[in-house]
Amino acid sequence: MPENENYREIEITVFRYNPQDKTSKPEYQTYTLTETPGMTLYIALIQIWSKMDHDLSFDFVCRAGICGSCSMVVNGKPRLACKTRTSEFEDGKITLLPLPVFKHIKDLSVDTGNWMNEMSKNLESWIHTQEETDLSRIEKPVDPAVAEEVFELDRCIECGICLASCSTKVMREDFVGAVGLNRVARFQLDPHDQRTDEDFYELVGDENGVFGCMSLMGCEDHCPKNLPLQTKIAYMRRKMVKVK
Amino acid sequence: MLNREYVTELLTGKDTTKHKSRMPARIDFLQSVSGLLLALFILFHLVFEGSILLGKEAMYRLTKMFEGEPFIEGGEPLIISVLAFIIFALFILHAGIALRKFPSSYREYRRYIEHKALLNHNDTNLWYIQITTGFIMFFLGSIHLYMMMTQPENIGPYASSDRIYSDWMWPMYLVLLISVVLHAGIGVYRLIIKWGWFDGKDPRGNRQRSRKIAKVLVGLYLLLGLASLGTYMKIGYEHQNDYGKRYVEQKK
Repeated sequence: MPENENYREIEITVFRYNPQDKTSKPEYQTYTLTETPGMTLYIALIQIWSKMDHDLSFDFVCRAGICGSCSMVVNGKPRLACKTRTSEFEDGKITLLPLPVFKHIKDLSVDTGNWMNEMSKNLESWIHTQEETDLSRIEKPVDPAVAEEVFELDRCIECGICLASCSTKVMREDFVGAVGLNRVARFQLDPHDQRTDEDFYELVGDENGVFGCMSLMGCEDHCPKNLPLQTKIAYMRRKMVKVK
Repeated sequence: MLNREYVTELLTGKDTTKHKSRMPARIDFLQSVSGLLLALFILFHLVFEGSILLGKEAMYRLTKMFEGEPFIEGGEPLIISVLAFIIFALFILHAGIALRKFPSSYREYRRYIEHKALLNHNDTNLWYIQITTGFIMFFLGSIHLYMMMTQPENIGPYASSDRIYSDWMWPMYLVLLISVVLHAGIGVYRLIIKWGWFDGKDPRGNRQRSRKIAKVLVGLYLLLGLASLGTYMKIGYEHQNDYGKRYVEQKK
Protein backbone atom coordinates (compact mmCIF):
# COMPACT_ATOMS: atom_id res chain seq x y z
CA MET A 1 0.00 0.00 0.00
CA PRO A 2 1.27 3.54 -0.72
CA GLU A 3 2.23 5.63 2.29
CA ASN A 4 -0.38 8.20 1.30
CA GLU A 5 -3.53 6.82 -0.31
CA ASN A 6 -3.67 9.74 -2.75
CA TYR A 7 -0.41 8.60 -4.26
CA ARG A 8 0.14 5.56 -6.41
CA GLU A 9 2.82 2.93 -6.26
CA ILE A 10 5.30 2.65 -9.11
CA GLU A 11 7.64 -0.15 -10.09
CA ILE A 12 11.14 0.68 -11.18
CA THR A 13 13.09 -2.16 -12.73
CA VAL A 14 16.83 -1.65 -12.94
CA PHE A 15 19.51 -3.50 -14.88
CA ARG A 16 22.02 -4.75 -12.33
CA TYR A 17 25.50 -5.87 -13.29
CA ASN A 18 29.01 -5.27 -12.16
CA PRO A 19 31.53 -6.09 -14.88
CA GLN A 20 34.38 -5.78 -12.34
CA ASP A 21 32.96 -8.61 -10.25
CA LYS A 22 33.47 -12.06 -11.75
CA THR A 23 30.56 -13.51 -9.78
CA SER A 24 28.13 -10.82 -10.96
CA LYS A 25 25.49 -11.84 -13.49
CA PRO A 26 23.39 -9.40 -15.52
CA GLU A 27 19.92 -9.32 -13.97
CA TYR A 28 16.92 -7.07 -13.47
CA GLN A 29 15.78 -5.94 -10.05
CA THR A 30 12.40 -4.36 -9.39
CA TYR A 31 11.80 -1.80 -6.64
CA THR A 32 8.32 -0.67 -5.61
CA LEU A 33 7.96 2.81 -4.19
CA THR A 34 5.37 5.51 -3.59
CA GLU A 35 5.25 8.21 -6.21
CA THR A 36 5.24 11.73 -4.82
CA PRO A 37 4.13 14.86 -6.71
CA GLY A 38 6.69 16.08 -9.21
CA MET A 39 8.87 13.03 -8.68
CA THR A 40 11.68 12.68 -11.21
CA LEU A 41 13.56 9.47 -11.92
CA TYR A 42 16.51 11.04 -10.19
CA ILE A 43 14.45 11.51 -7.00
CA ALA A 44 13.09 7.97 -7.29
CA LEU A 45 16.61 6.54 -7.67
CA ILE A 46 17.86 8.51 -4.68
CA GLN A 47 14.97 7.08 -2.65
CA ILE A 48 15.78 3.54 -3.74
CA TRP A 49 19.44 4.08 -2.94
CA SER A 50 18.89 5.70 0.45
CA LYS A 51 15.99 3.57 1.71
CA MET A 52 16.16 0.21 -0.08
CA ASP A 53 19.44 -0.60 -1.74
CA HIS A 54 22.70 1.13 -0.98
CA ASP A 55 24.51 -1.02 -3.51
CA LEU A 56 22.71 0.48 -6.53
CA SER A 57 25.03 2.54 -8.74
CA PHE A 58 24.00 5.47 -10.90
CA ASP A 59 25.50 8.85 -11.76
CA PHE A 60 24.27 12.33 -11.04
CA VAL A 61 25.65 15.76 -10.18
CA CYS A 62 23.48 18.77 -10.91
CA ARG A 63 19.86 17.47 -10.77
CA ALA A 64 18.91 20.19 -13.27
CA GLY A 65 19.70 18.90 -16.77
CA ILE A 66 23.01 20.73 -17.00
CA CYS A 67 25.77 18.27 -16.13
CA GLY A 68 24.67 15.40 -18.38
CA SER A 69 25.66 12.75 -15.83
CA CYS A 70 22.35 11.01 -15.22
CA SER A 71 21.63 9.85 -18.77
CA MET A 72 20.18 6.33 -18.96
CA VAL A 73 17.78 4.31 -21.08
CA VAL A 74 14.24 4.81 -19.79
CA ASN A 75 11.72 2.34 -21.23
CA GLY A 76 13.87 2.08 -24.34
CA LYS A 77 14.56 5.80 -24.78
CA PRO A 78 17.88 7.38 -23.77
CA ARG A 79 16.99 10.29 -21.45
CA LEU A 80 18.19 12.33 -18.48
CA ALA A 81 16.88 10.88 -15.19
CA CYS A 82 16.67 14.34 -13.64
CA LYS A 83 14.46 15.65 -16.42
CA THR A 84 12.13 12.65 -16.59
CA ARG A 85 9.04 12.67 -14.39
CA THR A 86 7.69 9.33 -13.21
CA SER A 87 4.13 10.62 -13.78
CA GLU A 88 4.77 10.38 -17.55
CA PHE A 89 4.43 6.61 -17.33
CA GLU A 90 0.76 5.82 -17.04
CA ASP A 91 1.13 2.20 -15.96
CA GLY A 92 3.74 3.18 -13.36
CA LYS A 93 6.23 0.64 -14.72
CA ILE A 94 9.66 1.96 -15.63
CA THR A 95 12.67 -0.03 -16.81
CA LEU A 96 16.09 1.57 -16.55
CA LEU A 97 19.20 0.46 -18.42
CA PRO A 98 22.68 1.94 -18.65
CA LEU A 99 23.52 3.78 -21.89
CA PRO A 100 24.82 1.42 -24.55
CA VAL A 101 28.06 2.28 -26.47
CA PHE A 102 29.93 3.57 -23.40
CA LYS A 103 32.14 1.61 -21.02
CA HIS A 104 29.87 0.06 -18.42
CA ILE A 105 30.97 0.76 -14.83
CA LYS A 106 28.16 -0.79 -12.78
CA ASP A 107 24.35 -0.97 -12.91
CA LEU A 108 23.25 2.35 -14.45
CA SER A 109 26.66 3.95 -14.31
CA VAL A 110 28.71 4.32 -17.50
CA ASP A 111 31.93 6.16 -18.32
CA THR A 112 30.98 8.95 -20.72
CA GLY A 113 33.71 11.29 -19.43
CA ASN A 114 36.74 9.53 -20.84
CA TRP A 115 35.07 9.06 -24.22
CA MET A 116 34.11 12.73 -24.40
CA ASN A 117 37.61 13.77 -23.38
CA GLU A 118 39.17 11.63 -26.14
CA MET A 119 36.69 12.99 -28.66
CA SER A 120 37.50 16.57 -27.63
CA LYS A 121 41.20 15.98 -28.13
CA ASN A 122 40.79 14.10 -31.41
CA LEU A 123 38.57 16.81 -32.85
CA GLU A 124 40.86 19.56 -31.51
CA SER A 125 37.98 21.24 -29.74
CA TRP A 126 39.57 24.55 -29.04
CA ILE A 127 39.96 27.87 -30.85
CA HIS A 128 42.85 27.75 -33.32
CA THR A 129 44.18 31.21 -34.05
CA GLN A 130 47.45 32.96 -34.82
CA GLU A 131 46.21 36.24 -33.42
CA GLU A 132 47.70 37.40 -30.13
CA THR A 133 45.01 38.56 -27.74
CA ASP A 134 45.67 42.08 -26.50
CA LEU A 135 43.79 42.29 -23.22
CA SER A 136 44.14 46.08 -23.11
CA ARG A 137 41.94 46.48 -26.19
CA ILE A 138 38.25 45.89 -26.67
CA GLU A 139 37.54 42.57 -28.37
CA LYS A 140 36.63 42.57 -32.04
CA PRO A 141 32.84 42.51 -32.33
CA VAL A 142 31.11 39.33 -33.48
CA ASP A 143 27.91 39.43 -35.46
CA PRO A 144 25.18 38.76 -32.84
CA ALA A 145 23.44 36.25 -35.12
CA VAL A 146 26.67 34.26 -35.50
CA ALA A 147 27.38 34.45 -31.77
CA GLU A 148 23.85 33.21 -31.09
CA GLU A 149 24.41 30.25 -33.40
CA VAL A 150 27.70 29.34 -31.73
CA PHE A 151 26.22 29.67 -28.23
CA GLU A 152 23.30 27.50 -29.28
CA LEU A 153 25.71 24.67 -30.18
CA ASP A 154 27.70 25.31 -27.01
CA ARG A 155 24.68 24.23 -25.00
CA CYS A 156 25.71 20.58 -25.52
CA ILE A 157 26.14 18.93 -22.11
CA GLU A 158 27.98 15.83 -23.39
CA CYS A 159 25.41 13.52 -21.83
CA GLY A 160 26.04 10.85 -24.49
CA ILE A 161 22.35 10.45 -25.32
CA CYS A 162 22.95 11.23 -29.02
CA LEU A 163 25.45 8.38 -29.20
CA ALA A 164 23.25 5.95 -27.30
CA SER A 165 20.40 6.78 -29.72
CA CYS A 166 22.54 6.27 -32.82
CA SER A 167 22.47 2.89 -34.53
CA THR A 168 25.49 3.88 -36.61
CA LYS A 169 27.48 4.40 -33.41
CA VAL A 170 26.16 1.12 -32.02
CA MET A 171 27.48 -0.70 -35.11
CA ARG A 172 30.67 1.32 -35.65
CA GLU A 173 32.61 2.12 -32.51
CA ASP A 174 34.90 4.75 -34.04
CA PHE A 175 32.07 6.98 -35.26
CA VAL A 176 32.29 10.44 -33.60
CA GLY A 177 28.52 10.82 -33.51
CA ALA A 178 26.39 13.92 -33.28
CA VAL A 179 28.25 15.26 -30.24
CA GLY A 180 31.50 15.30 -32.24
CA LEU A 181 29.99 16.71 -35.41
CA ASN A 182 28.15 19.37 -33.42
CA ARG A 183 31.43 20.31 -31.78
CA VAL A 184 33.22 20.71 -35.10
CA ALA A 185 30.31 22.75 -36.48
CA ARG A 186 30.58 25.01 -33.42
CA PHE A 187 34.22 25.86 -34.20
CA GLN A 188 33.59 26.05 -37.93
CA LEU A 189 31.00 28.75 -37.30
CA ASP A 190 33.06 30.64 -34.74
CA PRO A 191 34.83 33.63 -36.37
CA HIS A 192 37.54 33.47 -33.68
CA ASP A 193 38.68 30.15 -35.12
CA GLN A 194 40.95 30.60 -38.13
CA ARG A 195 40.79 27.01 -39.33
CA THR A 196 39.64 26.47 -42.90
CA ASP A 197 37.22 23.83 -44.15
CA GLU A 198 40.30 21.91 -45.38
CA ASP A 199 41.47 21.78 -41.75
CA PHE A 200 38.10 20.57 -40.54
CA TYR A 201 38.10 17.94 -43.28
CA GLU A 202 41.18 16.45 -41.66
CA LEU A 203 39.10 15.99 -38.49
CA VAL A 204 35.76 14.69 -39.78
CA GLY A 205 36.21 14.10 -43.52
CA ASP A 206 35.86 10.33 -43.38
CA GLU A 207 33.49 7.56 -42.41
CA ASN A 208 34.24 7.92 -38.71
CA GLY A 209 33.16 11.51 -39.18
CA VAL A 210 30.44 13.22 -41.14
CA PHE A 211 30.38 10.71 -44.00
CA GLY A 212 29.66 7.90 -41.55
CA CYS A 213 26.37 9.49 -40.49
CA MET A 214 23.41 7.67 -42.07
CA SER A 215 20.85 10.32 -41.03
CA LEU A 216 18.90 7.94 -38.81
CA MET A 217 18.08 10.96 -36.64
CA GLY A 218 18.14 9.15 -33.29
CA CYS A 219 20.38 11.97 -32.04
CA GLU A 220 18.02 14.72 -33.15
CA ASP A 221 14.97 13.02 -31.68
CA HIS A 222 16.47 12.20 -28.27
CA CYS A 223 18.76 15.17 -27.51
CA PRO A 224 17.55 16.48 -24.12
CA LYS A 225 18.80 19.97 -24.99
CA ASN A 226 16.99 20.05 -28.35
CA LEU A 227 20.17 20.94 -30.20
CA PRO A 228 19.77 21.45 -33.97
CA LEU A 229 21.75 18.29 -34.75
CA GLN A 230 19.91 17.43 -37.96
CA THR A 231 20.68 20.80 -39.55
CA LYS A 232 24.22 21.05 -38.24
CA ILE A 233 25.25 17.60 -39.46
CA ALA A 234 23.75 18.45 -42.88
CA TYR A 235 25.63 21.77 -42.76
CA MET A 236 28.96 20.04 -42.04
CA ARG A 237 28.27 17.47 -44.77
CA ARG A 238 27.65 20.22 -47.33
CA LYS A 239 30.81 22.04 -46.26
CA MET A 240 33.01 18.93 -46.25
CA VAL A 241 31.79 17.62 -49.61
CA LYS A 242 32.85 20.91 -51.23
CA VAL A 243 36.43 20.68 -49.97
CA LYS A 244 38.76 20.38 -52.99
CA MET B 1 55.28 -2.75 -57.74
CA LEU B 2 55.14 -0.54 -54.71
CA ASN B 3 52.57 2.19 -55.15
CA ARG B 4 53.89 4.84 -52.77
CA GLU B 5 50.65 6.81 -52.76
CA TYR B 6 48.56 3.81 -51.68
CA VAL B 7 51.08 2.53 -49.17
CA THR B 8 51.35 5.96 -47.53
CA GLU B 9 47.60 6.03 -47.09
CA LEU B 10 47.63 2.46 -45.77
CA LEU B 11 50.25 3.33 -43.16
CA THR B 12 49.13 6.82 -42.10
CA GLY B 13 45.50 7.22 -43.15
CA LYS B 14 46.66 10.26 -45.14
CA ASP B 15 48.09 10.74 -48.62
CA THR B 16 51.62 11.89 -49.45
CA THR B 17 50.61 15.54 -49.02
CA LYS B 18 49.50 14.58 -45.47
CA HIS B 19 45.85 15.07 -46.35
CA LYS B 20 42.94 12.79 -45.72
CA SER B 21 41.60 11.20 -48.88
CA ARG B 22 38.77 13.09 -50.55
CA MET B 23 37.24 9.81 -51.68
CA PRO B 24 34.80 9.44 -48.72
CA ALA B 25 33.33 12.83 -49.71
CA ARG B 26 33.11 11.91 -53.38
CA ILE B 27 31.59 8.50 -52.62
CA ASP B 28 29.02 9.98 -50.23
CA PHE B 29 28.00 12.52 -52.86
CA LEU B 30 27.90 9.88 -55.60
CA GLN B 31 25.67 7.64 -53.48
CA SER B 32 23.17 10.47 -53.16
CA VAL B 33 23.31 11.47 -56.84
CA SER B 34 22.98 7.90 -58.15
CA GLY B 35 20.16 7.20 -55.68
CA LEU B 36 18.32 10.35 -56.66
CA LEU B 37 18.63 9.59 -60.38
CA LEU B 38 17.36 6.06 -59.85
CA ALA B 39 14.46 7.32 -57.73
CA LEU B 40 13.53 9.83 -60.45
CA PHE B 41 13.74 7.07 -63.03
CA ILE B 42 11.38 4.87 -60.98
CA LEU B 43 8.99 7.79 -60.55
CA PHE B 44 8.55 7.96 -64.33
CA HIS B 45 8.96 4.24 -65.02
CA LEU B 46 5.98 3.28 -62.86
CA VAL B 47 3.82 5.96 -64.44
CA PHE B 48 4.71 4.81 -67.97
CA GLU B 49 4.17 1.21 -66.99
CA GLY B 50 0.79 2.25 -65.59
CA SER B 51 -0.28 3.26 -69.12
CA ILE B 52 -1.81 -0.23 -69.34
CA LEU B 53 -4.53 1.11 -67.03
CA LEU B 54 -5.60 3.35 -69.94
CA GLY B 55 -5.84 0.36 -72.26
CA LYS B 56 -3.66 -1.85 -74.44
CA GLU B 57 -3.50 0.72 -77.20
CA ALA B 58 -2.16 3.42 -74.86
CA MET B 59 0.55 1.10 -73.55
CA TYR B 60 1.44 -0.02 -77.09
CA ARG B 61 1.79 3.54 -78.37
CA LEU B 62 3.95 4.56 -75.40
CA THR B 63 6.20 1.53 -75.96
CA LYS B 64 6.60 2.44 -79.60
CA MET B 65 7.36 6.04 -78.64
CA PHE B 66 10.22 4.81 -76.45
CA GLU B 67 11.44 2.71 -79.35
CA GLY B 68 11.83 5.89 -81.37
CA GLU B 69 8.62 6.10 -83.41
CA PRO B 70 7.76 8.16 -85.43
CA PHE B 71 11.45 8.89 -86.20
CA ILE B 72 12.23 5.23 -86.80
CA GLU B 73 9.76 3.18 -88.82
CA GLY B 74 8.33 0.40 -86.61
CA GLY B 75 10.49 1.42 -83.64
CA GLU B 76 13.92 0.20 -82.58
CA PRO B 77 13.94 -1.93 -79.37
CA LEU B 78 17.71 -1.44 -79.16
CA ILE B 79 16.97 2.01 -77.72
CA ILE B 80 15.37 0.26 -74.73
CA SER B 81 18.46 -1.95 -74.43
CA VAL B 82 20.69 1.10 -74.26
CA LEU B 83 18.42 2.78 -71.71
CA ALA B 84 18.34 -0.40 -69.61
CA PHE B 85 22.13 -0.61 -69.82
CA ILE B 86 22.53 2.95 -68.53
CA ILE B 87 20.13 2.25 -65.66
CA PHE B 88 21.90 -1.04 -64.91
CA ALA B 89 25.25 0.76 -64.73
CA LEU B 90 23.79 3.37 -62.37
CA PHE B 91 22.14 0.61 -60.33
CA ILE B 92 25.41 -1.30 -59.94
CA LEU B 93 27.24 1.91 -59.02
CA HIS B 94 24.64 2.79 -56.39
CA ALA B 95 24.54 -0.75 -54.98
CA GLY B 96 28.34 -0.92 -54.81
CA ILE B 97 28.61 2.39 -52.98
CA ALA B 98 25.65 1.86 -50.67
CA LEU B 99 26.94 -1.57 -49.73
CA ARG B 100 29.52 0.08 -47.47
CA LYS B 101 26.71 1.15 -45.15
CA PHE B 102 25.31 -2.37 -44.68
CA PRO B 103 26.10 -4.16 -41.42
CA SER B 104 29.31 -5.93 -42.44
CA SER B 105 29.49 -8.64 -39.79
CA TYR B 106 27.15 -10.68 -37.64
CA ARG B 107 28.22 -8.55 -34.67
CA GLU B 108 27.24 -5.31 -36.42
CA TYR B 109 23.97 -6.85 -37.59
CA ARG B 110 23.06 -8.13 -34.11
CA ARG B 111 23.95 -4.84 -32.48
CA TYR B 112 21.81 -2.91 -34.96
CA ILE B 113 18.83 -5.28 -34.58
CA GLU B 114 18.98 -5.20 -30.77
CA HIS B 115 19.40 -1.44 -30.66
CA LYS B 116 16.56 -0.91 -33.14
CA ALA B 117 14.27 -3.10 -31.01
CA LEU B 118 15.24 -1.26 -27.83
CA LEU B 119 14.88 2.23 -29.27
CA ASN B 120 11.79 1.63 -31.44
CA HIS B 121 12.55 4.87 -33.22
CA ASN B 122 10.79 5.66 -36.47
CA ASP B 123 13.70 6.67 -38.70
CA THR B 124 15.96 3.96 -37.27
CA ASN B 125 13.28 1.38 -38.12
CA LEU B 126 13.01 2.80 -41.65
CA TRP B 127 16.65 2.00 -42.24
CA TYR B 128 15.91 -1.69 -41.69
CA ILE B 129 13.39 -1.52 -44.54
CA GLN B 130 15.99 0.24 -46.66
CA ILE B 131 18.73 -2.37 -46.20
CA THR B 132 16.26 -5.25 -46.61
CA THR B 133 14.74 -3.87 -49.81
CA GLY B 134 18.21 -2.92 -51.04
CA PHE B 135 19.39 -6.49 -50.48
CA ILE B 136 16.34 -7.91 -52.30
CA MET B 137 16.96 -5.60 -55.25
CA PHE B 138 20.55 -6.78 -55.71
CA PHE B 139 18.96 -9.89 -57.16
CA LEU B 140 15.51 -8.98 -58.44
CA GLY B 141 16.60 -5.66 -59.92
CA SER B 142 19.41 -7.44 -61.76
CA ILE B 143 17.05 -10.07 -63.22
CA HIS B 144 14.63 -7.39 -64.42
CA LEU B 145 17.29 -5.13 -65.91
CA TYR B 146 19.10 -8.01 -67.61
CA MET B 147 15.86 -9.10 -69.25
CA MET B 148 15.11 -5.58 -70.44
CA MET B 149 18.62 -5.29 -71.86
CA THR B 150 18.53 -8.62 -73.70
CA GLN B 151 14.83 -8.87 -74.70
CA PRO B 152 13.68 -5.29 -75.27
CA GLU B 153 11.40 -6.44 -78.09
CA ASN B 154 9.26 -8.33 -75.55
CA ILE B 155 7.62 -5.20 -74.20
CA GLY B 156 4.02 -4.62 -75.18
CA PRO B 157 0.47 -5.21 -74.00
CA TYR B 158 0.55 -8.95 -74.80
CA ALA B 159 4.29 -9.60 -74.64
CA SER B 160 4.58 -8.07 -71.13
CA SER B 161 1.38 -9.74 -69.94
CA ASP B 162 2.52 -13.15 -71.18
CA ARG B 163 5.83 -12.70 -69.44
CA ILE B 164 4.12 -11.69 -66.21
CA TYR B 165 1.38 -14.34 -66.21
CA SER B 166 2.35 -17.32 -68.35
CA ASP B 167 6.11 -17.06 -67.73
CA TRP B 168 5.51 -16.79 -63.98
CA MET B 169 7.32 -13.53 -63.55
CA TRP B 170 4.59 -11.95 -61.44
CA PRO B 171 5.87 -13.05 -58.02
CA MET B 172 9.22 -11.46 -58.85
CA TYR B 173 7.59 -8.26 -60.11
CA LEU B 174 5.37 -8.07 -57.04
CA VAL B 175 8.31 -8.27 -54.62
CA LEU B 176 10.44 -5.99 -56.80
CA LEU B 177 7.65 -3.40 -57.01
CA ILE B 178 7.16 -3.24 -53.24
CA SER B 179 10.92 -3.17 -52.64
CA VAL B 180 11.69 -0.47 -55.19
CA VAL B 181 8.87 1.85 -54.11
CA LEU B 182 9.72 1.58 -50.40
CA HIS B 183 13.45 1.91 -51.04
CA ALA B 184 13.06 4.94 -53.29
CA GLY B 185 10.56 6.68 -50.99
CA ILE B 186 12.60 6.20 -47.84
CA GLY B 187 15.80 6.98 -49.74
CA VAL B 188 14.56 10.32 -51.01
CA TYR B 189 13.27 11.24 -47.54
CA ARG B 190 16.73 10.38 -46.18
CA LEU B 191 18.39 12.51 -48.89
CA ILE B 192 16.29 15.52 -47.90
CA ILE B 193 17.42 15.17 -44.27
CA LYS B 194 20.99 14.27 -45.14
CA TRP B 195 21.68 17.38 -47.21
CA GLY B 196 19.19 19.68 -45.47
CA TRP B 197 17.37 20.52 -48.71
CA PHE B 198 14.15 21.82 -47.23
CA ASP B 199 15.31 22.83 -43.76
CA GLY B 200 13.97 26.38 -44.15
CA LYS B 201 13.13 28.22 -40.96
CA ASP B 202 11.46 25.22 -39.35
CA PRO B 203 13.66 22.18 -40.03
CA ARG B 204 11.81 19.98 -37.53
CA GLY B 205 8.38 20.78 -38.94
CA ASN B 206 9.69 20.43 -42.47
CA ARG B 207 11.16 17.04 -41.67
CA GLN B 208 7.72 15.85 -40.54
CA ARG B 209 6.21 17.31 -43.71
CA SER B 210 8.82 15.61 -45.90
CA ARG B 211 8.11 12.32 -44.19
CA LYS B 212 4.36 12.71 -44.72
CA ILE B 213 4.79 13.56 -48.41
CA ALA B 214 7.15 10.59 -48.86
CA LYS B 215 4.59 8.32 -47.17
CA VAL B 216 1.76 9.53 -49.41
CA LEU B 217 3.91 9.13 -52.53
CA VAL B 218 4.93 5.61 -51.50
CA GLY B 219 1.26 4.75 -50.97
CA LEU B 220 0.18 6.20 -54.32
CA TYR B 221 2.98 4.53 -56.23
CA LEU B 222 2.29 1.19 -54.59
CA LEU B 223 -1.37 1.49 -55.59
CA LEU B 224 -0.44 2.47 -59.12
CA GLY B 225 2.11 -0.34 -59.41
CA LEU B 226 -0.23 -2.98 -57.98
CA ALA B 227 -3.09 -1.85 -60.21
CA SER B 228 -0.81 -2.05 -63.27
CA LEU B 229 0.52 -5.47 -62.27
CA GLY B 230 -3.05 -6.70 -61.71
CA THR B 231 -4.05 -5.47 -65.16
CA TYR B 232 -1.09 -7.20 -66.84
CA MET B 233 -2.04 -10.37 -64.93
CA LYS B 234 -5.64 -10.14 -66.16
CA ILE B 235 -4.55 -9.60 -69.78
CA GLY B 236 -2.03 -12.42 -69.44
CA TYR B 237 -4.69 -14.77 -68.07
CA GLU B 238 -7.07 -13.98 -70.93
CA HIS B 239 -4.26 -14.24 -73.47
CA GLN B 240 -2.74 -17.52 -72.23
CA ASN B 241 -4.12 -19.59 -75.11
CA ASP B 242 -2.57 -17.18 -77.59
CA TYR B 243 0.73 -17.08 -75.74
CA GLY B 244 3.45 -15.50 -77.87
CA LYS B 245 1.14 -13.62 -80.19
CA ARG B 246 1.92 -9.93 -80.34
CA TYR B 247 -0.44 -7.01 -80.05
CA VAL B 248 -1.50 -5.49 -83.38
CA GLU B 249 -1.93 -1.75 -83.54
CA GLN B 250 -5.53 -0.57 -83.93
CA LYS B 251 -6.33 1.25 -87.17
CA LYS B 252 -6.39 5.01 -86.68
